[in-house]
Amino acid sequence: MKKPVWLLTLSLLVPSPYFLPVAHALTPEERGLELAQEMDRRDTGWGDMKSEMLMVLRNKHGQESTRRLRGRSLEVTGDGDKSLSIFDEPADVKGTAFLSFTHATQPDDQWLYLPALKRVKRIASANKSGPFMGSEFAYEDLSSQEVEKYTYKWLRKEDVGGRAVHVLERYPVDKNSGYTRQIAWVDEIMYQPIKVEFYDRKDSLLKTLTFHDYKQYLDHFWRPDRMEMVNHQTGKSTTLSWSGYEFKAGLSDADFDKNALKRAR
Amino acid sequence: MRRLLLLVLLCLPGFAAAGKWSGNLALEGRLFFDQPTDPVQHGDNLSLSFEPQYYQGWDNGRQSFTLVPFVRLDQGDNKRSHADIRELTWLKASDGWELRAGIRRVFWGVTEAVHLVDIINQTDQVENLDGEDKLGQPMLNLALIRDWGTLDLFVLPGFRERSFPGREGRVRLNPVVDPDQAVFESGDGNHHVDFAARWGKTLGNWDVGVSHFSGTSRDPGFIPGNNATGEPVLIPVYPLIDQTGLELQFTGETWLWKLEAIRRRGQGQTYLAATGGFEYSFYGVFGSAADLGVIGELIWDERGGDAPTPFARDLLTGFRLALNDVQSSELLVGAITDLDDGSVFLNIEASRRLGSNYKASLELRGFPNLDADAPLGPFRKDGHLRLELARYF
Repeated sequence: MKKPVWLLTLSLLVPSPYFLPVAHALTPEERGLELAQEMDRRDTGWGDMKSEMLMVLRNKHGQESTRRLRGRSLEVTGDGDKSLSIFDEPADVKGTAFLSFTHATQPDDQWLYLPALKRVKRIASANKSGPFMGSEFAYEDLSSQEVEKYTYKWLRKEDVGGRAVHVLERYPVDKNSGYTRQIAWVDEIMYQPIKVEFYDRKDSLLKTLTFHDYKQYLDHFWRPDRMEMVNHQTGKSTTLSWSGYEFKAGLSDADFDKNALKRAR
Repeated sequence: MRRLLLLVLLCLPGFAAAGKWSGNLALEGRLFFDQPTDPVQHGDNLSLSFEPQYYQGWDNGRQSFTLVPFVRLDQGDNKRSHADIRELTWLKASDGWELRAGIRRVFWGVTEAVHLVDIINQTDQVENLDGEDKLGQPMLNLALIRDWGTLDLFVLPGFRERSFPGREGRVRLNPVVDPDQAVFESGDGNHHVDFAARWGKTLGNWDVGVSHFSGTSRDPGFIPGNNATGEPVLIPVYPLIDQTGLELQFTGETWLWKLEAIRRRGQGQTYLAATGGFEYSFYGVFGSAADLGVIGELIWDERGGDAPTPFARDLLTGFRLALNDVQSSELLVGAITDLDDGSVFLNIEASRRLGSNYKASLELRGFPNLDADAPLGPFRKDGHLRLELARYF
């Protein structure tokens, strides 16, 4: 998206941090934002993507139940991505489909297709913190991570198993978020998180998410094969396994409209 | 209709490859609180339904074939024991358009209490009092998906008559409806070809739909008559109508505001009817993961007390609770109050998944505070509890 001309003019008058003398060190906030922007920049250009998702939900007694979904995503430059999720399991929700247009600063647009009633319902988007399909993942954990959704603070650099890792704290901008803050451990080579801690509204540690078996696609984009979310307060956990990653699958806007919801399988 | 089927069958390359089967088998029990209005009507009742679904996609999902037959076997009502083709559709999607040919179900609308705008499909009334079960409608449907919105054009050959419970069935009108004597305004009887179009678009927080339907009304009127043995019956009358509909929904972060309005010409005097209201959601209530939605909708019909619908000046108040647990437990409680006579239609629906393949649901329909001469009067002895256990595959 082109910046308005007045903004460009303004940026010539007000020096950005880059034009300041090197001696002026970045604040932890500036450094955090820079890291987030770099993560975003390195994950730009994937175009469109298909994947399959298996969720295994475990309660504190170890009882398991499974969810199976197929996901399709479309990268949108200058705004949040579009995504379509199709439910295969459990069998009673088979054919249910969820369409989401994420936005960086505005609330997301979301529609749900209920196959039994043939009904497409536009749904309110304030429910960020609600559990996705009864799992330990909240909607906000699974939606597209836009830079503008958080403010940042770089904490420190760590060595994790011989790899250089940046520890980044981020604060959700949305008042409907279920978190006060998240701490992310970001791998310096992949510029992808390997661990995230989530702190609830009372600032107590709620959940820890770890990312496993990253693979590189199109020689560029890193995606994990598996994500483990553990809820420390309830003892429940969810394993999310990804398969069938397919980048540049030829999807277009036409595959992400309300009509596409009705024919998604 | 036969030609349409042939077209569908001709358009099935790659059909030899195995598609996917899914569906459900459900056992239903209904427990009635009162003796029936008519002593020939059944009491507590068991019923079994089966709805398999076959899907075959090809051309990278841009073409597909779907088949959904439905069959029910009912203990007490031989009219409720019935079969239908819910879907038998070939779909071709391309950039900017989608073509669907065959038998399908289509839903239009945004509100919860009544569905005024929804008109493509006939109601399978024997299935459930709420009228949300629909019979498959033969159609040719072209959707144009453009920047200015989505325009759906429909040719609807082959009218489907509404299904009605038999003499022993419940919940039914009294005297019983005799569909065999149905009267059609069209000279083509139930072969009149209907047309419909709908334009829809999302504009920021607003979703708008404008539609028009021209053809045989899905909503019959009734005239008193007698059957072959001289017993009194109600005879359904299907006039030709033109209906223009408007759907509007505003979606905020926690508020939904909804409006549906129609203008119908050809069924008695031209009239306007509208329904609208809100749904407000509280997320994470009682310190849990549950969501609570509070619903309020007004229903208005210009014809007032003369309207053949029981809902002409009514208010729906209710709430929806979703526990967001592993079993997807849900509860919907609603009451539709007639603002003229104070009669109340009470509706409670609850459901919960059992294991990974079963789902149990409960429906309670009650008619407290109902006079015999109220619009819903014929149903006053038909309050019931409906329990269903479904196996999904």
